[in-house]
Amino acid sequence: MVHKVNSGHPGGSLGCTEFMVALYNEIMELKEGFDMDGIGEDVFFLSNGHISPVFYSVLARRGYFPLEELNTFRLINSRLQGHPTTHEGLPGVRIASGSLGQGMSVAIGAALAKKLNNDDHLVFSLHGDGELQEGQNWEAIMFAAGNKVDNLIATVDRNGQQIDGPTEKVLPLGDVAEKFRVFGWDVLEVEHGNDLERMIAGLKEAKSRTGNGKPVCMVMDTEMGNGVDFMMHTHAWHGKAPSDEQLATALAQNPETLGDY
Amino acid sequence: MTKYTDQGKQDTRSGYGAGMTELGRTNPNVVALCADLVGSLKIETFIEENPERFFQVGIAEANMMGIAAGLTIGGKIPFASSFANFATGRVYDQIRQSIAYSDKNVKICASHAGLTLGEDGATHQILEDIGLMKMLPGMTVINPCDFNQTKAATIAIAEHHGPVYLRFGRPKVANFTPVDQKFEIGKALMLSEGTDVTIIATGHLVWESLMAAEALENQGISAEVINMHTIKPLDDKAILDSVKKTGCVVTAEEHNYLGGLGESVARVLATHHPTPQEFIATQDTFGESGTPEQLMEKYGLNNKAIEAAVLRVLKRK
Repeated sequence: MVHKVNSGHPGGSLGCTEFMVALYNEIMELKEGFDMDGIGEDVFFLSNGHISPVFYSVLARRGYFPLEELNTFRLINSRLQGHPTTHEGLPGVRIASGSLGQGMSVAIGAALAKKLNNDDHLVFSLHGDGELQEGQNWEAIMFAAGNKVDNLIATVDRNGQQIDGPTEKVLPLGDVAEKFRVFGWDVLEVEHGNDLERMIAGLKEAKSRTGNGKPVCMVMDTEMGNGVDFMMHTHAWHGKAPSDEQLATALAQNPETLGDY
Repeated sequence: MTKYTDQGKQDTRSGYGAGMTELGRTNPNVVALCADLVGSLKIETFIEENPERFFQVGIAEANMMGIAAGLTIGGKIPFASSFANFATGRVYDQIRQSIAYSDKNVKICASHAGLTLGEDGATHQILEDIGLMKMLPGMTVINPCDFNQTKAATIAIAEHHGPVYLRFGRPKVANFTPVDQKFEIGKALMLSEGTDVTIIATGHLVWESLMAAEALENQGISAEVINMHTIKPLDDKAILDSVKKTGCVVTAEEHNYLGGLGESVARVLATHHPTPQEFIATQDTFGESGTPEQLMEKYGLNNKAIEAAVLRVLKRK
């Protein structure tokens, strides 16, 4: 997808592939079809909207829209905008994201609505680690604990990278898990977040901790650009498309890839 | 001209509070949020009667806007309230992405707009909020003129699907529109018919315009006064019907002349019926501390200033 339009964000997408696949195929309780209100099902909010390639890929494979539509990513008149939006009516998307730091607040609002509606389903959200530098997150983190929003599982993609370099060099985040903990969250950490089985186990554990008076945070140790050797261990592939040659190399390293979407 | 009687001065923010009280009793989907300004927003009764439908977010307006957006997912109708400055400029990107671009049914309700919040000074006196909000695609922008109309507008926007910016203020001002009126979004109200000049006003300046029209009548000048409570969508027809008759217009608002009602009216006129226009608005400046009356006098936003603007525009016909 990213190669085809020569733009997009492959690194974070590859790093969150196992998470997204596990979430949508093993963890979330979903209704058939799509409606905005999401009453009677789990809902997910992607706060770090730039990893739209993996979000769209997983949504399409879960049946929200035709797989072929992935070919329109970032093209004119497409529902698959560079960053996810509700504006074009793409099923599976409930909020626009891309301007960072806003998704946790939205997820909290949706979780509160579920409580008001006596809907015992869960709200999941995903946040980049660099994204936590946005101050709105900490307003949200404080609110969720103070108001016992315990039907929310906020997950953090702790890949340690952001556009300008390693997070600890750009603006140190320190111990992300501990920060959530001292704000009053129930926190679990998933090592090897690119191992599908461990990710499924981690999400199941997170789910089991909901409903206990605390919001749940899951910090995932992931590798940006996972599965493609030259995209790993660097921030260089945050928002850069591979060349023809690089694509061929990358696909050769991932034999299970279902065509070039 | 049509005469209006002040039924007793009240603040428009209390009109919001009264509207919220009624919505609390009539619409179970309405929820309220506030950022540590419950007393200023006059929503104590709503909270007392519906504690489970109120969310105190603390001094964290960005989070409030995001939570409000999320609450719509599940069918709630959130009324997020704060001072106009903190409900718009401070959180513009949150409103832009999570509410406007995401087409969320959030009502942003902002008190203490404009100069009339008085002594707190320019840090709190936003004069740019109408412009900020009207530029967002899909956003409805409403600035009612008195207690009764603010109450009616509060109730009406709950029935409208889509993001709304409702702007009102702190001072006690004349309450002269009908009790329990029905509020129609986007439909300007003809308050007094006239033939020589059209005065199009919004918010606190509507009453000032009526007073100016009365003074003008004593000078033999017939002014038509229109209450343009909705700045977006703008009632183009009401503007054009009036200026085709009078041939000149004065717009009046408690806002910067850049980005406000006046510019919206000028666009309609320039496109369809070029007409001399004078702008009663602040002149690209910040406010300052003072009493509301002193500030409105100093910045040229009272009935005297409107009267003078009418005399100027009549010479340009």
